[in-house]
Amino acid sequence: METLLNDFSVGLFVMQAVILLILILLMRKFAWKPILNALDERETGIEDALKSAENAKREMENLQASNQKLLQEARTEREAMLKEAREIKTKMIEDAKTEAKEEAEKLMTQAQASIETEKKAAIADLKSQVASLSIDIAEKVVRQELSNKDKQEQLVASLLGEATLN
Amino acid sequence: MIAKKSITFIAVLVLALVSFKGFAGDEGHHDKGNTIDTPDEIKEYIGHHLKDAHDFHLFSDNASGKHYGFPLPVIVWTSKGLKTFMSSAFHHDDAGHTIVDKGDVKLTKIHSKIYELDAGATSVNFDETHHATNAHKVLDFSITKSVFGMLLAGLLMLLGFTALARGYKKGKKIPTGFGRVLEPLVIYVRDDIARPNIGEKKYRKFMGFLLTVFFFIWILNLLGLTPLGFNVTGQIAVTACLAIFTVIIYLFSGSKDFWAHTLWMPGVPVILRPILAVIELIGFVLIKPFSLLVRLFANMTAGHFVVMSLIALMITLKEAFGPVGSTGMSLVLALFISVIEILVAFLQAFIFTMLSSLFIGMAVEEHDHH
Repeated sequence: METLLNDFSVGLFVMQAVILLILILLMRKFAWKPILNALDERETGIEDALKSAENAKREMENLQASNQKLLQEARTEREAMLKEAREIKTKMIEDAKTEAKEEAEKLMTQAQASIETEKKAAIADLKSQVASLSIDIAEKVVRQELSNKDKQEQLVASLLGEATLN
Repeated sequence: MIAKKSITFIAVLVLALVSFKGFAGDEGHHDKGNTIDTPDEIKEYIGHHLKDAHDFHLFSDNASGKHYGFPLPVIVWTSKGLKTFMSSAFHHDDAGHTIVDKGDVKLTKIHSKIYELDAGATSVNFDETHHATNAHKVLDFSITKSVFGMLLAGLLMLLGFTALARGYKKGKKIPTGFGRVLEPLVIYVRDDIARPNIGEKKYRKFMGFLLTVFFFIWILNLLGLTPLGFNVTGQIAVTACLAIFTVIIYLFSGSKDFWAHTLWMPGVPVILRPILAVIELIGFVLIKPFSLLVRLFANMTAGHFVVMSLIALMITLKEAFGPVGSTGMSLVLALFISVIEILVAFLQAFIFTMLSSLFIGMAVEEHDHH
């Protein structure tokens, strides 16, 4: 302890205090302040950059989400439109079918009606022809009967044969 | 450009320090006019090295008795006022034989201390314990080896860190060159020493002191490992000064809460409070700075002592192991301890700064629970 105290140099202590004080002041002004400020600046810069990157990422995500939404909407709309179109198509076909059927039926009935009329006319014509033919035959038969009994029968037979051919 | 220059300067300096290593290895053999080869002489030599010196002594030539180095200015405050001269006036005498006559005062140097002879005395008389009887110490503001070392460390710091600072000013966000080494160290002190101990809000105010002290101690510790033989942080005056700076800073920046807790501790019986106040005050004013100054001083002194003792092994073990054996052994051991000392150099700077910031943190802390 005595040697320690003996070694303690007041002059060195004073010199050290002065040097240290001056050094602290100089270093603070010319080194530490600019260095620490620059470090702070850089760190805030980095932080800001990270934050803005994060924001950009979030915005991108939002954008993507809205894009997705838009796409989804478009898809549903398309689907709806397609469905509608299909419905319209089936309805049109259905309508066309019913219409055609009705038309056909109408035509059929008309045709049937005209056939019926034709048939009736034909039958009436046939009837009148048969009547006139019968009258002819009856006339001829009556005429033959008047000449010869055999010949009358012969004539009837031949006439009948003719009549069947006709 | 300027940064580059200063880096070159540092590089040259480092090279210069390394190149002297060859001489330093033989320090034990050739340092003085006569060979140092007995344990007592070695002990004295080491003791001499651990002390401050008035000239910058590199090595001596044994054969011619020549000393290599350069003198440093002596500045003393005597009874007749300020006296200045170069230390070469003492002619390497350290026993009070050479008297420097400055007209009205006679000065001499005994064991690295400057003495003023009493009026009328022409030579120093010693008593049986080798204390001067007719001379007294003077206030010594000399640029001693330690002061020179501090100036050198300060210069290195100014050159290195202002270069780093200027780099930022030029608009470069990232340092170049040697700044790349310095910047992480600054960040380390800020983020791992100051911030966690002092707190985010208040650390900035103390950065100037903490950074300066950290690099100052570290550089001086490292200079102490070079063969130049600086032992600045092993001077008790230097470590005391550093510790007192810390005390002044934390006592003057103590918050209201700190003083309230120190002087009138809440939550304990009233009778105990004055006792606690005394204990706390002694702790903050005496014990904490004392622990700071002794830790640094003792560690650095012990380190120097061990390294030099191991180098001296090549002399003390010469008889037992022969010259090659003892030299090899001392080389290996000294190398081993030197590597540890490099770690200790950083560690002590770190511990000093760490504890300083811890004490400052205690003082500026604000308790928000009452």
